[in-house]
Amino acid sequence: MATFNFELGELPPEAQKVREEIRDFLARTLGGTSATKRALSWGGFDREFSRKLGEAGFIGMTWPKKYGGHERSALERYVVLEETLAAGAPTSAHWVADRQSGPLLLRFGTEEQRRRFLPRIAKGELAFAIGMSEPDSGSDLASIRTRAERVEGGYRVNGTKIWTSNAHISDYAIALFRTKVVPDKKHEGLSQFLVDLKSEGIGIRPIIDLAGGHHFNEVHFQNVFVPDDMLVGKDGDGWKQVTTELAFERSGPERYLSSVQLVIELIREAGAEPGERAAVVIGRLTAHMATLRQMSLSVAGMLQAGQNPNLEAAVVKDVGTSFEQEIPEVVHALLGIEPRLGSGSQFERVFGYLVEHAPSFSLRGGTREVLRGIIARGLGLR
Amino acid sequence: MNDTRTLLADTCTRLFTAEVTPALIEAAEKGVWPAALWQILEENGLTLPQIPESRGGAGGAWGDAHVVLAACGRFAVPLPVAETMIGAWLLSESGLNVPLGPLTVAPVRPAEKLALAREGAGWRLSGTAVRVPWGASAGHVVVLAEGDGKPMVALVKGGTAKAEPDVNLAQEARDTLEWTGAPVLSAAAAGAGLPTGALMLAGAMARSAQMAGGLESLLSQSVKYVAERVQFGRPLASFQAIQHQLALLAGHTAAAGIAAQKGFAAMDAGDAGFEIACAKIRTGEASGLGAGIAHQCHGAIGFTYEHTLHFVTRRLWSWRAEFGAEAYWAAALGREVAARGADALWPYLTSR
Ligand SMILES: Cc1cc2nc3c(=O)[nH]c(=O)nc-3n(C[C@H](O)[C@H](O)[C@H](O)COP(=O)(O)OP(=O)(O)OC[C@H]3O[C@@H](n4cnc5c(N)ncnc54)[C@H](O)[C@@H]3O)c2cc1C
Repeated sequence: MATFNFELGELPPEAQKVREEIRDFLARTLGGTSATKRALSWGGFDREFSRKLGEAGFIGMTWPKKYGGHERSALERYVVLEETLAAGAPTSAHWVADRQSGPLLLRFGTEEQRRRFLPRIAKGELAFAIGMSEPDSGSDLASIRTRAERVEGGYRVNGTKIWTSNAHISDYAIALFRTKVVPDKKHEGLSQFLVDLKSEGIGIRPIIDLAGGHHFNEVHFQNVFVPDDMLVGKDGDGWKQVTTELAFERSGPERYLSSVQLVIELIREAGAEPGERAAVVIGRLTAHMATLRQMSLSVAGMLQAGQNPNLEAAVVKDVGTSFEQEIPEVVHALLGIEPRLGSGSQFERVFGYLVEHAPSFSLRGGTREVLRGIIARGLGLR
Repeated sequence: MNDTRTLLADTCTRLFTAEVTPALIEAAEKGVWPAALWQILEENGLTLPQIPESRGGAGGAWGDAHVVLAACGRFAVPLPVAETMIGAWLLSESGLNVPLGPLTVAPVRPAEKLALAREGAGWRLSGTAVRVPWGASAGHVVVLAEGDGKPMVALVKGGTAKAEPDVNLAQEARDTLEWTGAPVLSAAAAGAGLPTGALMLAGAMARSAQMAGGLESLLSQSVKYVAERVQFGRPLASFQAIQHQLALLAGHTAAAGIAAQKGFAAMDAGDAGFEIACAKIRTGEASGLGAGIAHQCHGAIGFTYEHTLHFVTRRLWSWRAEFGAEAYWAAALGREVAARGADALWPYLTSR
């Protein structure tokens, strides 16, 4: 039976030093940001912020210097991630590129692609979107149908991607297309591409979320030409590569911190001497958060040691998203307040925001059911 | 885990697999003291792993004790191993010698007080402690008591109290002990190295490791069972509902494991109040959920005395309530966090 290998991680002194630096940076750049704004967490998109973060050396931290990286350890990077999340910094103009698109290019991209894209990502200049889901392919990602057909000098793409976060304000997407139809073998014939979102033939239609916000989109491809030099990795290796990309996507600390601002505001609301019930709730949430942080740190330690913590990352995401979804529920049970976006109280507004957004936590990046399937496979049950 | 701890874990697994049989646990539940098992534990240095060699221990750290206690939880070892480690720690930190044989500790409830009174050059112990683990059967009792208005650690022989036997759900002895001027073998001011609330803290830490170990056992027993049991023409393991329940159990088991480990690491680092509270809360909660899942996956057979699942689940149900249940630790932790203030939450978490 597979056992889950969570060892305590220890942060080296240089990571502690980075913590001071990033805190200092965040205090200077975000000072005075309201709790309601911070609650957007990695939903906030702010190119100016991302550029400053890149300039300060906090993007592409582990990448080689020759690609604009900083050759820091995975643990130093971990500290920067957890600090930016805890501060509720608007990170989504660089988050995807730093977390998965860049590392994917580093792993599978050509030398030319690395030189062309990585330095600009590290500077915080390039925003990437994720082009995986399609209208008929959600959890069953391998069933995607968007076709990339071989033409002179490249590929011609037709089809539709959906739920593509920030496609309307990003520069590029890394997208999964079908380059070959292999009957009864849906995992074969898939390939990954770098797509310039300003290419001719791409139509981006907003999809408004239940809260009235616009972050995800439907992206139509009509005879879009993608040149050969934008193929990532090998034609036909898309499934193997996208699995690696999803592992990058799932391994960070963002999977338990989405509701952290609500915990912070709950503590503020409860005051320095909370009643028994409030104290129990706060203590319990703190215990969960501290434990998840240790689990997350442990995954960062495995990355640093060059291991492949896919299974452990799925466990952290499953436990973590359940926790961040439970927080608004617990607040409701304790206080019975109404979730309101127009309230004069920051606490009630943060609560309102999280009540509305919590359902997405266990969908994005692979649903709870998909993750539990991965964990069950790790247990040898399937 | 470092090499010595891997070795220690292997030793525990090997010994317990051979010795801690269902028959042995059943006999212990009927009140038979597993003397031979105790001897094996003692001879292998598993009862005092973190006590200095100068006091008869193995000279290791709490991190080593963690390995042993998690294994004790995994195998449902029906002996006061945790209590012996803690009692010996109280003694040795206070400059007192550690006797051979099983120890227990008192009081195990935060509100209870025991008192020492001077008599000549020595001391006498009075007071009542409830639910003392193996209170009537342990060779010695190590007590935290007040003497001359100061916290003191004292050692008394087993059998010096009027004992009212009782048990927890797992039929582990949890006795009420009443001392009225009982002779004290040795006593000293509680050592400066002992944290405030040392007994509750160490007890909660130990139980969290035992619970984390118990959860590992539930997970492996369940995974094994659903692979073997066939219904509707296929193994239960092939049903998604079952797979997802066990994935959830695996998540709670992993969380409990690292929470407990962190408590011991912090204890070795000398400041563990926060981590132990987190560990007791997290492992206790995981125990309740985990026991539920394991039983559900086992069906009726898991609800029989004949099956071994309950050796672990009944312990988990009891242990989560011992040395402070989740509510006790959460209230204390919550008050601390609130007193520090909302904006200190994150800086504090990352400083630990
Ligand atoms: C806020 C947000 C942002 C997103 N951003 C992006 C993005 O940028 N790029 C992108 O490509 N995608 C994005 N997604 C899409 C996301 O990856 C999908 O929502 C997810 O993969 C699930 O697909 P689906 O929504 O089609 O649900 P479905 O796959 O239709 O699933 C619906 C429900 O059925 C369950 N289910 C499905 N199959 C099974 C099964 N075999 N067994 C048991 N249960 C099953 C699911 O777990 C889920 O609970 C985003 C989603 C959200 C909510």
